[in-house]
Amino acid sequence: MKVLALMSGGVDSSVAAALLQSQGHDVTGVTLRLWGGETDSGCCSVADVEDARRVAAQLDIPHYVFNLGDDFGASVVEPYVAAYAAARTPNPCVECNRSIKFGRALDRALTLGFDAVATGHHARVQRDPAGVYRLRRGADSAKDQSYVLYMLGQRELARSLLPIGELTKSEVRAIASELGLRTAGKPESMDVCFIARGDRIRFLAARAPARPGPIVDKEGTVLGSHDGVHTLTVGQRRGLGVATGTVRYVVDLDAPRATVTIGAYADLLTTDIAVRDLHFVREPPDSRQLVVQTRAHGAPLTGHLEDQRVRLQAPAPRVAPGQVVALYDGDSLVGGGLAC
Amino acid sequence: MRPESIAAMEPFLAGCFANPSGIHGAARAAKTALEVARELVAAALGAQPGEVVFTAGGTEADNLAVEGAARAARAAGRGDGVVTTAFEHKGVLAAADRLAVDGFTVQRVGIGGDGIVDLDALGRALDAKTVVVSVMLVNNEVGTIQPLDEIGALVRDRAPHAVLHTDAVQAVPWLDVAETASAADLVAISAHKFGGPKGSGALVARNGVPLIPLLEGGGQERGLRAGTVNVAGVVALAAALQATVDTRAADGIRVGAMRDRLVAGLVDAVPDTFVNGDPHRKIAGNCHLGFRGVEAEALLVALDQADVYAAAGSSCSSGATEPSHVLAAMGLPRDAALASVRISLGFASSDADVDRALDVLPATVAQLRARMGALA
Repeated sequence: MKVLALMSGGVDSSVAAALLQSQGHDVTGVTLRLWGGETDSGCCSVADVEDARRVAAQLDIPHYVFNLGDDFGASVVEPYVAAYAAARTPNPCVECNRSIKFGRALDRALTLGFDAVATGHHARVQRDPAGVYRLRRGADSAKDQSYVLYMLGQRELARSLLPIGELTKSEVRAIASELGLRTAGKPESMDVCFIARGDRIRFLAARAPARPGPIVDKEGTVLGSHDGVHTLTVGQRRGLGVATGTVRYVVDLDAPRATVTIGAYADLLTTDIAVRDLHFVREPPDSRQLVVQTRAHGAPLTGHLEDQRVRLQAPAPRVAPGQVVALYDGDSLVGGGLAC
Repeated sequence: MRPESIAAMEPFLAGCFANPSGIHGAARAAKTALEVARELVAAALGAQPGEVVFTAGGTEADNLAVEGAARAARAAGRGDGVVTTAFEHKGVLAAADRLAVDGFTVQRVGIGGDGIVDLDALGRALDAKTVVVSVMLVNNEVGTIQPLDEIGALVRDRAPHAVLHTDAVQAVPWLDVAETASAADLVAISAHKFGGPKGSGALVARNGVPLIPLLEGGGQERGLRAGTVNVAGVVALAAALQATVDTRAADGIRVGAMRDRLVAGLVDAVPDTFVNGDPHRKIAGNCHLGFRGVEAEALLVALDQADVYAAAGSSCSSGATEPSHVLAAMGLPRDAALASVRISLGFASSDADVDRALDVLPATVAQLRARMGALA
């Protein structure tokens, strides 16, 4: 196959390109230049592009850089800022996968006559006997990234190769060392790639002015104040600056009124998650019990889908609005949506 | 590189490795070669040998001209106005930006849709406090030749205390810079644009224009550019310049005809194609076209895979293509700018190259358009 490998300059995508080449694919590498703004420390810094370029040179494959900064700004950064302003959890990696990697970059690849794109995600694309594409969790459960790929459908999965999904992280590093790739020992990127470490509040303040407001209890009694709803998240219990004698959790964020409601742990619990923008790998599930995952590496819950709601078997803390709710049948992704 | 240039520099890489500032025999040989090169460059650019400063390329020459002249003028109390254009090379724009940070009054004059500086706007920007005016002789993307004589007259008339700098980096392969840039006090060139090595350039500083150096140290280059002189790079620059001057008139006619055939062929074969920059006022080697609905970045990759090399915008340090500030300055809408590519021709271009481009480009554009249509 003619494959366009998206190479971030990290070890996973480096090894993905190398593996596909060794499997006989005709591989071309590309690094996406996404953000030239305030930070040069993220996923598309000059140093990372250079790492990707050097790995491509070592593999003797062509390498290009695509500047998708306009699209990244509109599809990832602006929604990120808007989500915080509206007290919703932003999902920059999800939006980047949706709009950039498996959106613009995939379209660009197809335009250039490639058969597929490849990435270094820890997840497995498999084609079942009926010809239906499935997305399974990565072999390394601690590194599984299927959650941030919940939006992939048949069109994308049919044109995506995720060779790293079959490997554990230590196996990936071992292969990189064996091949002598310069990225073998590179540390993982952890933070939001377009914001320098520890700079989130300032980044947001520069784009959406913070609105301070009250912290109240369920009855509306004012217990304190906050610097802006974007500084807090539902379920948070630290850093509220409110001394009530008992542990209190953020149970609601009201962005239009700039009001934060706190309560006891019991006030957080629910068996019902309303979801929007539902998307399925193939088709909506029946009423069978599914694995429900509400955070990238959160503990899996059990529940089933009823129209636009996930009904949990046992109460669990409320999911912050905007958070991805992914549904699995076993280790196979069914689909997901965003918590309301 | 031109063979003459490679041959000229080889002895100074392999054999004569001396520092021209030394006093022994080998040093004298290096010094002689350096000064012969200086005389050659001066003659080709219409200057005296003592007016040539060798630099590490065009960007340094631009920086030295714009910043050096502006700071010297302000120190002498002549004013603090700097006027340049919106589509200069970054070597000029960044220098102007730094001057603005340091309190200079910097104005960037607009560009017409034809790629020629707006002379009315330029005239309005000039006054008695203007100390530096910087307008490129040939634009590096669309290839348009700026009317430097008219600009020089305007500057003498409206800004009597100003010096005129021109970035002539793109002009040397095609124009007699001694003549076309005669109105300029400062002229920057770069060797790799005319068959010389990268990292070697020169600035002509005529008429006793005072400059404050960027680099200070051992006082080389009349104190204007400290640091051991890159003798191999300088002699290679001079040799490439001499070879360019020798064949320039003939090259211009030959390459211009090839370029005209290329542009006409592409406009004819590819629907929805537009030309950027006034075709009658550009250098012979410039072909700058847009193909509506095609992403230049994708087209460049497709062409590279077919061994046709084109460019778009300007390249940043990561290797990504940045949206062109030149096309934006000319008022081209962003989607048209992102659909535009530059196919440069040079003295080494052949009819076979043009044939190949005419063979590959229309098919490639059609294929990209068809595949993009299929996605939608």
